[in-house]
Amino acid sequence: MNKRQLYYQVLNFGMIVSSALMIWKGLMVITGSESPIVVVLSGSMEPAFHRGDLLFLTNRVEDPIRVGEIVVFRIEGREIPIVHRVLKIHEKQNGHIKFLTKGDNNAVDDRGLYKQGQHWLEKKDVVGRARGFVPYIGIVTILMNDYPKFKYAVLFLLGLFVLVHRE
Amino acid sequence: MREPHDSAARPPRTPNRRGVRAARPPNPHSPGSACSCRRRRCLPTGPEGKNVEDFTGPRERSDLGFITFDITADLENIFDWNVKQLFLYLSAEYSTKNNALNQVVLWDKIVLRGDNPKLLLKDMKTKYFFFDDGNGLKGNRNVTLTLSWNVVPNAGILPLVTGSGHVSVPFPDTYEITKSY
Repeated sequence: MNKRQLYYQVLNFGMIVSSALMIWKGLMVITGSESPIVVVLSGSMEPAFHRGDLLFLTNRVEDPIRVGEIVVFRIEGREIPIVHRVLKIHEKQNGHIKFLTKGDNNAVDDRGLYKQGQHWLEKKDVVGRARGFVPYIGIVTILMNDYPKFKYAVLFLLGLFVLVHRE
Repeated sequence: MREPHDSAARPPRTPNRRGVRAARPPNPHSPGSACSCRRRRCLPTGPEGKNVEDFTGPRERSDLGFITFDITADLENIFDWNVKQLFLYLSAEYSTKNNALNQVVLWDKIVLRGDNPKLLLKDMKTKYFFFDDGNGLKGNRNVTLTLSWNVVPNAGILPLVTGSGHVSVPFPDTYEITKSY
């Protein structure tokens, strides 16, 4: 393979990566959520969602938070978001809302999970509301996290494929 | 579940009867379509209220409501090839001086595909404590109970549907202090 073809392949690869990023950013804009697709990591919402299911989120300001909705939220100081259902809401006249959540498969509500002294969640803690879901597909992400060797193998194969593939 | 501070026995179940009967809905699959429910409600003798400290939350005394209810529902038409389970929940919605809108889930149930779709529940106690954020339950005449459900598909959209039958429940003007629940 000569230099020209190599540059061409590299540019192709760069285009694929940029397109993927643009699609992701586009999704962030459309859904209003900073993380429009999340993977369920725990079994606290079984039997509805299991570890490895993919959730599609929206976080539009016009959609008010109501009980029964499945929200993905982040607790202050923790980076891993949690997927649970809204159990109680109290909304003031000015639109300020505070709410409590609970996992379907948990016996008690989430107050024990919140920050010390925090009794309610607020809109700013919400990453998004679950609007759709696809089972099993997210297992790949979990595997890549738990087994870094697997992640390197996947990336290596991808790189190999891109470089070797002929247009 | 943690016990409320008032360790005296709780008031008896003065039943607030409420029946929601789901007739055959015209189109159960589109999200937001409520089934046409025929309300069957006996004379309510009224729910009860107490004012206790919520140990699980902010340590102020707030109103705690006790309601018992009946539910009659036929969920058969909601289940189709793509429905894995239904998450049913009974929620109370009301407004108080403190908050313009309050919604509290009182009871929920997961109905898996294959379970008996006809529900006939009587004299049910609430699964979760009905605490208000403040003292807004006493004398509140307009607490609306609604049955809703979240359809969980095998894959696809997760719609939240509200049943069309809802019941308004008035709370008494005084707190109950003596009887047992």
